[in-house]
Amino acid sequence: MTAVAENAHDTSQIPAPEGSVTITVKILRFNPELDTEPHWESYDVPALPTDRVLNLLFNIKNYVDGTLAFRRSCAHGICGSDAMQINGINRLACKVLVKDLLAKDGKRTTVTVAPIKGLPTMKDLYVDMEPFFEAYRAVKPYLIAYGNEPTRERIQSQADRERFDDTTKCILCAACTSSCPVYWADGSYFGPAAIVNAHRFIFDSRDEGSEERLDILNDAEGVWRCRTTFNCTDACPRGIQVTKAIQEVKRALLFKRV
Amino acid sequence: MAQTETLALDKPRSPRRPAARRSNFELYSWTFMRVSGLLLVVLVLGHLFIMNILDGGVHRINFAFVAGRWSSPFWQTWDLLMLWLAQLHGGNGLRTIIDDYARRDSTRFWLKMLLYVSMAVILVLGTLVIFTFDPDIPAS
Repeated sequence: MTAVAENAHDTSQIPAPEGSVTITVKILRFNPELDTEPHWESYDVPALPTDRVLNLLFNIKNYVDGTLAFRRSCAHGICGSDAMQINGINRLACKVLVKDLLAKDGKRTTVTVAPIKGLPTMKDLYVDMEPFFEAYRAVKPYLIAYGNEPTRERIQSQADRERFDDTTKCILCAACTSSCPVYWADGSYFGPAAIVNAHRFIFDSRDEGSEERLDILNDAEGVWRCRTTFNCTDACPRGIQVTKAIQEVKRALLFKRV
Repeated sequence: MAQTETLALDKPRSPRRPAARRSNFELYSWTFMRVSGLLLVVLVLGHLFIMNILDGGVHRINFAFVAGRWSSPFWQTWDLLMLWLAQLHGGNGLRTIIDDYARRDSTRFWLKMLLYVSMAVILVLGTLVIFTFDPDIPAS
């Protein structure tokens, strides 16, 4: 459905603080009990430049339409619950500020918000994350160590810790995996997030399960599906060099060396 | 009893992932794409340069020109290498695209069959021509 007669929404109840401008928020809505497919709805809402997109969504939910569904937990860019497609790019709604979206020369600003792609949409902006977490679990994202447990902690040099520092930052928000064109087309691909979390243990000097994980990622649906489009690196809200991590796993497989 | 219940609830809605095939095929095909790509840059650009730009370019190409080239083992090897690398490189790329975008198993199977058959036909035909080319075709 492309041409949809959009109902005008009464947004007059939303408080408009001083300094706010009215912007249009276009949301891809989907109610599985009523709709056969998603459709766009627009809301003209007052927004401060310092507002985050999450604030706008909450204003719509609280003052206009309580049925608007989206996830958020901490709302401070740590929990990774509110990944969504904002203006076509995967971002955390709690980290995108309105001032960075405002149109130039005082033109009317439109912000589009859609659920992340590649995972089944359950309602409005929230998706079924289970396929994502299945791929995550499949790479064994936990310490594997054999032999006797040491009596003290497992010691590691700063250089060894540095080796996988970047991939420890992942918050499992799925922004990378759901921005990956290979993942959109082929849902059984492990996806960037699972590979990042495998990387975190493969290159950990304390871990002894590297070979198992490399074997898993050597599969047809593993790292070789990656086409290095860098969408994942662009999407990551934590600034992880995702594509680089995937390439490092490829190199480890290629040269049989971690 | 409580313990069995926890076990039963392990990964309740998890979709099943088929067991890894433990083969290095994807690794080798990925490596092949890189190596053959590099070689093809030289082979194809060299071929295009000789055929289209050097000495009057495309206008001097005729039967005698091709016959003259293929009398030399160097150009035979060049063309053979180009044929095989380009076929396998392009074929492997298409295989990946089919794997990505074919939704049904039967579609995927038949598209791949079509691809493999066409690859085989072109490879066999091309190789045959390069090795059995006879410049003295009797004018009929």
